[in-house]
Amino acid sequence: MPTEWLMGLAGGGLIGTAAAIYLLVNGKVMGASGIIGGLVDGSAQNEWGERAAFLAGLLIAPALLAVMMGGAQTFLTENWAVIIASGLLVGVGTRLANGCTSGHGVCGISRLSLRGIVATVFYIGAGGLTVVVFKHMLGVI
Amino acid sequence: MRALVSFLVGGLFGVGLLVSGMTDTTKVQGWLDVFGDWDPTLAFVMGGAIIPMAIAWRVTQGRKPVLAAAFPTPPEPRLGRNLVVGSTLFGMGWGLSGLCPGPAIASLGFGGTGGVIFVVAMAAGMIIAPPLRTRLDQPTAAV
Repeated sequence: MPTEWLMGLAGGGLIGTAAAIYLLVNGKVMGASGIIGGLVDGSAQNEWGERAAFLAGLLIAPALLAVMMGGAQTFLTENWAVIIASGLLVGVGTRLANGCTSGHGVCGISRLSLRGIVATVFYIGAGGLTVVVFKHMLGVI
Repeated sequence: MRALVSFLVGGLFGVGLLVSGMTDTTKVQGWLDVFGDWDPTLAFVMGGAIIPMAIAWRVTQGRKPVLAAAFPTPPEPRLGRNLVVGSTLFGMGWGLSGLCPGPAIASLGFGGTGGVIFVVAMAAGMIIAPPLRTRLDQPTAAV
């Protein structure tokens, strides 16, 4: 079994443990798009402090770990038009669907939520088609 | 106290994303690239994350959260245009860059200018979404 798969399994375990603690202690579903979305559109109201704290941890901890590891890279495209189009689609799409990979994927599938499973089928399907069209047919990404 | 837990949970989530390779956009696009050099890592990440979370959902039954009044009630199992259209748009954006909301924030510290531009565009998308959601969510719009 390649190391990358084992790291994936281990990292996934940390992600699921984080989501489990958030649920059992704070009584909340750990959905990244919902936590960010409630802050940027002002709907979080009296919860803005704990949401901001969540995002601070999400930003700071991997940044520190990356420094300890001697750096990390995202290998993100340098095509700004692609980045902006992608960001807009992710922002609009996750708010319309009320969830993303963490909320619908990890937290939804783990309780066999029909909405979570349907959302995951559609975003993975659309993502796969997008890679086929924009990478293999158009050569843009 | 809830804010401190949120901070620690966010940190653990971020470390998990980095360790699992999900802040590497080529691994995410590799998972979506079924007709190219397919990378199955994301399936291991999802599997590893779903197991502790499935246990947590079982633990919630008949109990209360430590620092809240009640556990979230499951949403109505109703599929609508918002869910289908939204997930499709999200998937398109995810495929284009290989970033989704969690890894986008988790990689801000080392992702360079491109990562910052992505987060600004994502926030803009989140702000313009609510009117679109209302338009899609007419009573006749249920799929």
